[in-house]
Amino acid sequence: MNHSRLIVAALALGLAGAAARADEFAIKLKPGEGVDTVQNNCAACHSLDYVLMNSPFMDAKTWTAEVTKMKAAFGADINDTDAKVIADYLTKNYGG
Amino acid sequence: MMDRRSLLAGAAGLATMRASAALAMAPVSPGVPAGVVDNAPLEALPGKKPLIKLSYRPPNFETPVEYFRDAITPNDAFFVRYHLADIPQVDAAKWSLKIGGGANPLTLTLDDLKRDYPAVEVTAVCQCSGNRRGLSQPHVPGVEWGYGAMGNARWKGARLKDILEKAGVPKEAIEIVFRGADGAVNPKTPNFVKSLPIWKALDENTIVAYEMNGAPLPHWNGFPARLIAPGWTATYWMKHITEISFSDKPFDGFWMKSAYRVPLGLFPSTDRFISQETPANTPITEMMVNSLITSHADGAKARAGASLSIGGVAWDSGRGVARVEVSTDDGKSWREATLGPDLGRFSFRTFSFALGKPRRGKLSVMARATNKAGQTQVSTAIFNPPGYHHNVIQKITLDIA
Repeated sequence: MNHSRLIVAALALGLAGAAARADEFAIKLKPGEGVDTVQNNCAACHSLDYVLMNSPFMDAKTWTAEVTKMKAAFGADINDTDAKVIADYLTKNYGG
Repeated sequence: MMDRRSLLAGAAGLATMRASAALAMAPVSPGVPAGVVDNAPLEALPGKKPLIKLSYRPPNFETPVEYFRDAITPNDAFFVRYHLADIPQVDAAKWSLKIGGGANPLTLTLDDLKRDYPAVEVTAVCQCSGNRRGLSQPHVPGVEWGYGAMGNARWKGARLKDILEKAGVPKEAIEIVFRGADGAVNPKTPNFVKSLPIWKALDENTIVAYEMNGAPLPHWNGFPARLIAPGWTATYWMKHITEISFSDKPFDGFWMKSAYRVPLGLFPSTDRFISQETPANTPITEMMVNSLITSHADGAKARAGASLSIGGVAWDSGRGVARVEVSTDDGKSWREATLGPDLGRFSFRTFSFALGKPRRGKLSVMARATNKAGQTQVSTAIFNPPGYHHNVIQKITLDIA
């Protein structure tokens, strides 16, 4: 199962579960260029509150290092184009 | 890769969480990033009291300070910390613990573990290496814990030493390697595997625990059995433990080789993990001496002219707490607090201190613990990029009105 299919499966189960829904799906990142790329890639392995709690104190260099760590250390399957979009989005919207 | 069964199990776990509407924001610790202050509700995982939710998946939930007013932390308020998100509900009847690599490989059921090995108890603090990471200045990336990535419990189980000796300790063994049932969603993510130096594994206080405060371990704290490595940070306390093996070389998985490392010599550690040391760094080992005021939060109000006392807990790596001192003049002078019952050298030790009947105004209160090795808390944090070992003397300001 690839990451996007996993998210789809998780969301489908979520909807099937009705009222008391998994709260991580209520997490809304700020709208902006690249937000979909962040959600599609990052949420494959972890909930997006990881972004929220790690803000706002990381600059472009630190966010880029985090994205690189997710790829190099944790095996996240993120291509270089998406990695840049993600780091740029996080720096702009959750940087400091 | 997460299979359909575990995905369903995970989704079922999430489904029983409280709905997001009208969640109380949590009593976060002063100094954590604004992103925590704004986004950390109090929420209950199944079987748990509402805790400070830092992340859902993997679940990272912090214990509010009020639960540390007693020396023993209740099971349903004990913090939850996972690195990886595929967390199976372990069926105790089907669970087994394999001990491989020795002369006599073993596969133990939970009944075997309880029946074939003498049960021992140790009261010990389980504290995340990154407890208080959120207080680091500058802030560093990671799970942004405040004060509550810790707890103290009475752990009951079998001595790891007894199990290893039955399995036949090879004379070349230098490390013991531990694996648990939880894993990663992405097959390329390194599994959470940890090792201990053989001397620590054979310490009589290191146990494989199946009870916590007289009850089975909660699911979220490692059911049905976990490793207890008293004095050392919780990274070694493998939850849902399934496999133990002997190793004649340094285990080089990500979680040993790259993660949980501190610069060599930066902290006054005396427990060494020599087989894993490099010229630059070492795996984190024992906890630093520390204390926490639990009776009052920073900014709490108290009545002018009324008797006031503060209280809290102190702990260290097992040298034992020698004393806790309190200052009400910003650290210029210190007076000794009264220590509560001694529950063992690895346990929280409660303390209390009478402040008299303070007059109207602001009253600053600091607490500082010193252990029996003479180590004491630091005035300013020893900065390190992963944000480990935060044991800065806490200062709260009370509003006397």
